[in-house]
Formats: sequence, structure tokens, C-alpha cells
Amino acid sequence: MLVKKSADIPSSEITPKSLYMNRRKFIAGASAAGAGLMMAQRLVDLVSPWQMVLAGNKLSGVTRSPFSTDEKQTPYNDVTHYNNFYEFGVPKEKPADNARNFKTSPWQVSVEGAVNKPKTFDLDDLMKLAPLEERIYRHRCVEGWSIVVPWIGLPLNALIKVVELTSKANFVAFQSLYDPKQMPEARYAGIAFPYVEGLRMDEALHPLAILCVGMYGETLPNQDGAPVRLVVPWKYGFKSIKSLVKIRFVEKQPPTTWNISNAREYGFYSNVNPNVDHPRWSQAKERRLGEFLRRPTLMFNGYGDQVAQLYAGMDLRKYY
Amino acid sequence: MVMETRWHNFTPAWICANITDGRFRLKSVLKTKWIKVPAFIACLGPLAYLAWKALHQELGPNPIEFVTHETGDWTLIFLVLTLAVTPARKILRRPELVRFRRMLGLFAFFYGCLHFSTWIGLDKFFDFAEMLKDVRKRTFITAGFTGFALMVPLALTSTAGWIRRLGGKRWQRLHRLIYVSALAGVVHYYWLVKSDVRKPILYGTIVVLLLLYRGGSWLYAKRSRLTGHPAPREGFVTAERPTTMPAAINKYRH
Repeated sequence: MLVKKSADIPSSEITPKSLYMNRRKFIAGASAAGAGLMMAQRLVDLVSPWQMVLAGNKLSGVTRSPFSTDEKQTPYNDVTHYNNFYEFGVPKEKPADNARNFKTSPWQVSVEGAVNKPKTFDLDDLMKLAPLEERIYRHRCVEGWSIVVPWIGLPLNALIKVVELTSKANFVAFQSLYDPKQMPEARYAGIAFPYVEGLRMDEALHPLAILCVGMYGETLPNQDGAPVRLVVPWKYGFKSIKSLVKIRFVEKQPPTTWNISNAREYGFYSNVNPNVDHPRWSQAKERRLGEFLRRPTLMFNGYGDQVAQLYAGMDLRKYY
Repeated sequence: MVMETRWHNFTPAWICANITDGRFRLKSVLKTKWIKVPAFIACLGPLAYLAWKALHQELGPNPIEFVTHETGDWTLIFLVLTLAVTPARKILRRPELVRFRRMLGLFAFFYGCLHFSTWIGLDKFFDFAEMLKDVRKRTFITAGFTGFALMVPLALTSTAGWIRRLGGKRWQRLHRLIYVSALAGVVHYYWLVKSDVRKPILYGTIVVLLLLYRGGSWLYAKRSRLTGHPAPREGFVTAERPTTMPAAINKYRH
């Protein structure tokens, strides 16, 4: 009968080898765990209930605007469940969930910088600066999709008139609220917060640029930038900053979030322009949510008649 | 040893299965023919999920984008699973696992096809001029297209007939293209996202670990050859096998 004897190798030789093996086990184990995690996430996605965010309060006394388009409006449910609001998570369905308990009252907007009458506005004061108008605008995202939204707001220039610009006010800088406590997923977004944006003064004074407080007849849902946001319809959507807390008038062109993140891909102007591609994709066409085929993108998002003269003589390839 | 084998042979299977360790049972299950049926059905799960969502109109506000992202995700997941088979069978010492490799690989190709045809048919609507421009100009599409194109020859030569025709060595060399495919897939994903790179980084890390395992395995085998230690055929030296003697001991033997 064969009697097995343990191999006569000093343990000093075996130990390192087993460690060597364990390291590989760890590698494979970690890979398997990672793959497992991905599967688990899928399963969670599968069973998590789809929830509807309740609408806001009705806004009354809203007048119609000649700037409105008569194109078919995007369904409310799409505009509230397909959001880029990175403070509340990057996937587009996330802000609807994560912004559910976002505290939007009381809310103040500080207006400061190169003005004679700096002032901190309560939301109510802001809404009384001019009659609220419904503006049905096309809204084109830099990612290649678009929507038609009946925004409610007032011209940004109504606010600018009240605070009285000084001669140094060449640009205006905007800032969003950033509250990591209410926005725990913001740290995964990969961009710096608070979100900042900016406009040249003539752009800010243009009657198409509005301070927006509602949509579809009601106050803004949290995920769409409540309680007050900017809407600049001839520029890519990311210029229309959400949940505004600060407006500062400045002398020099202010930094803007996506430009800081990737200057080659996102310029300060970011006017909708089908002839200037994003480095990674064409901007010639867009998918209107709810439509199957892509439609051609219009210069300045179709607002060329009103805004083209702001950029006369500018090389829009250089100032993208 | 002999006694033990006979004991197994004369004992009813269910007793045997109950009193031997779990590994024995799993092994026999993995070896049966029918186990591939549930595996196949499970691999169709993601497609069923998409179909179910489509049927209930729950693909969200941008259904084409949703389908593109889902099929892309699953292509990468199946590529990762395919690449995980070899390390798993070696480390767990379950050579039977290799029986699932072709199925997983072909499902990676299947979801890749769905992803690719979503892009052609739904996203670009058969605008071939525009697609050609994209493949040339958009680096993330170039990467994705490369990864997909490299899977085609692998899927075509996945049959036993082709292994015979090419010869095992050459077949294996050809099928290492899957490494490039997986890496191209990860790069495609990484270049596509705007700022949140967590998921592409996760896929990338897993693929790199799985490739590092192969690299380490190869180096180990090579070193064993050089030093005269026979490299174990499946995985590394284990407690169950007699440990290899250091070469120096040989001169004391006759």
C-alpha cells in the first residue's frame, strides 16, 4: 500500500508560494465581485418601482408671448423624467427621484457685482418684477436631443433694469445652489460644484432670455431647476442654469462649469449650431423626445432671426 | 484509494451525493448536458427584460438611447463573463466551466449585434454615409466598431469544426482577439461618457484584472519551464497535488 508522505520541503518555501496564489485568487475574486455588483444593479433596476413626481402649484395670471412656438409640446412626464441635473445624479431618470425632497422655500437670489443697487431678492419679489409670461421654447441639449417646453417666467432684463448696471458690467455670472447634504450624489458627477454659468451682457439683455419659475402652467418641479432657473433658448441646454442663488455682474468673461470641465468640447458661448460639431458627435441633427427619426438642428435653435445679430462678424467655429 | 472508488460505485447516488462534499455535487451538475438549457435561458434574460419594457412602453422618454445603452452594457458584461471563465475554472479547479465559454462568448456577440443594429437601424436609420463619417471621425465609435468587428471572426469560428480545421493552437491564437474586443469596448464606453466615468472604469478594471491574471499565469508557466518545474496544467500548485520538488533535490536521487 502506498503511504503518502508530506512533501519534504521546508515550510519557508511553501508559504511564499501560497501567498503568490492568494494574490491571484484575490484578483479573480475582485473581478467576480465587480461583475456580480453590475448584475445586482441590473436586478435592482428591474424591480425598482417607477414613480411619478407630483406637480407643483398652479401659476395664475400668466400671459401668452409672441415668442412662443406652436410646435407640439413634449409630454410633461418626459420633461420631468429625463433630466440633466448632475447635482441630483447623472443618469437622466435620477433627478426625478433624488430631488423629491429638495428644499426650495424659503429661497433667495443674491444680485451683486457691478450694479448700483445690489439686492437679495426673495422668490416672491423676483416674480413681481414683471408680468409672468408663458414662453413655449425649443430646448436643445448638447447631447443631441431636444424638447419643446411651455416655460413660465419673465425677461431677465427686467431684473437687470432694477439693479442698474454700472459701466463695468460686461458679463453676468450665474451660480446654482450647491448643498452636498441635499445632493449626496453630486460628488460622483465628475464636474465641479457649485454649477456656474455666464452670459455676455447683450445676451443677458436679450428679450428671449428669461428667468423661469414654472412650466406647464405650474411652478417648476424640483428636477427641472426649481424654484428659479435661467432659460436661454438659442444656446445648448447646459447654459440654462438651474436652481439659481447668485447673479453677479462682472467685467470679464466668467468661468463656466462645462468649459472648466472640458474646454475643447464646451465653449463659453455654446450657441446651438448644426455646422460646428461637438468633437465627439455631430450636431447636425437632434432627436426630439417622442419622435423616431432625427430632425435637422436649426441654427441658433431656430432663433436666428432674433439673435444672429448679436454674433455678427464673430467666427462661431472659434467661439463655439 | 481503490476501496474508496468501489464504495462510491456501490452506493446509491443520492446517499453518495448527500454525504460527500458540495463540490462533488456541483461538479456533476456542471457536467450534465441539460445544465446548458437554464444557462441559455438566463443569458436571454436581458433581452426578455428589454422586450417586456418595450411591451409596457417603459423604455423611458428616449427609448432608442435606452435600448442602445442596455444592449451595450450587456455586450460588455458578457465579454467580461467570457473572459472570466478561464481564471474561474483554474482558480476554482472546475475545468467543467469551460463548457459555458462558447455560449457566453456568443451571447456577447449576440448583444453586440443588437447594440450595433440599434445604432444602424434606430439611431442612424440606415444613413450609411453618416455612419461611415462617424466611424472615421468619432473616436468612440471607431473604438466600438473595432471591438464589434473583431468579434465577427470569433463567432464564425466558434464551432468544433472550425477548431479542427484551424488546429487548436491557431484557433486559440485567433480567439485571443477577444482581449482586444473587450478593451476596445471599454475604451468605447469611456470615451462616450461626458463626465461620470465610474462605470467604464469599473468595466475597465475588471477586464484589466482578468487580462493580468492571464499575463501572470503565462509568466508563471514560462518561469516554471525555465527552472524545470513542470507547470501545473490547471491552475497552480494546490494542497491536493504532490508538491513539486525543487530541482536541486534531483541530484540526490537515483
